[in-house]
Amino acid sequence: MVTEFGRVLIFLIVGVVFVAGGLIFAWLLRPHRPYPSKLATYECGEVPVGDTRVRFNIRFYVVALIFLLFDVEVVFLFPWALVYRDLGWFAFLEMVVFLGILLVGYAYVWRKGDLDWDKPAPKVPRFEQGAGVRETHLAEEEIIV
Amino acid sequence: MGLLDQKFDNANIVVTSMDNLLNWARLSSLWGMQFGLACCAIEMMATGASHYDLDRFGTFFRGTPRQSDVMIVAGTVTLKMASRIKVLYDQMSEPRYVISMGSCSNCGGPYWEHGYHVLKGVDRIIPVDVYVPGCPPRPEALMEGLLKLQEKIRSESLARKKSA
Repeated sequence: MVTEFGRVLIFLIVGVVFVAGGLIFAWLLRPHRPYPSKLATYECGEVPVGDTRVRFNIRFYVVALIFLLFDVEVVFLFPWALVYRDLGWFAFLEMVVFLGILLVGYAYVWRKGDLDWDKPAPKVPRFEQGAGVRETHLAEEEIIV
Repeated sequence: MGLLDQKFDNANIVVTSMDNLLNWARLSSLWGMQFGLACCAIEMMATGASHYDLDRFGTFFRGTPRQSDVMIVAGTVTLKMASRIKVLYDQMSEPRYVISMGSCSNCGGPYWEHGYHVLKGVDRIIPVDVYVPGCPPRPEALMEGLLKLQEKIRSESLARKKSA
């Protein structure tokens, strides 16, 4: 009498045995004849020159970060979608509020220009010069005096 | 440790059965490295397409030499390309085979007399197993070349050849 978790364990074991068995069987059969020209890095027949370290564009990081945030939101949507019909109007409205809060974040990301691939210049929020801050040159004169 | 690296002295039933099994497995899934250079490449593409299907022989083209069993050299081999062919052949894993398709890679083809930049036959740089003649060979001819290669693989053996 196998539980549900037991079935998952059997699935896991069979998966691991399938892959490992195939690899081990291939290792037992295949010939092993290395020589330097065979072990060289593949570059479509050309002789490889230089290092393979490339600098990635920072935009990939930004896109991945935004995706991660909204992916977590989707993860919260999945269990709600399965049971919300039984929970009635309250659950629906609660999810609407949740999505509304995240929609504000989405609008912010959009307006800030983080979703644009070609960014001419960063959009810095505009504010009044010196609002709420005392002008500094007067303060220096006061200290000297 | 590889079984295909070893040779056995006596050809008993175990060795011959193993031969049959391994050779059948290898010839039924000859993964080719796509190496179309010139007009023969078009015929190779036609052979791989749906009318003369190569997939029913277990052959489909891989982009990398590391995962391929057979390199079908289809087209004119120039001297510039020849060094790259040598590097790519070196980077293929054993057991590896070469099918030379078309006149240009067999013997230089129409450029045999005056071609100053043509390698007169790809067997000057790599060992070739099957030559498929034609300019370009019809898809059926390429398939016959592949079947001849399969027969060649079928006759390989793990038993050591006894010298007479």
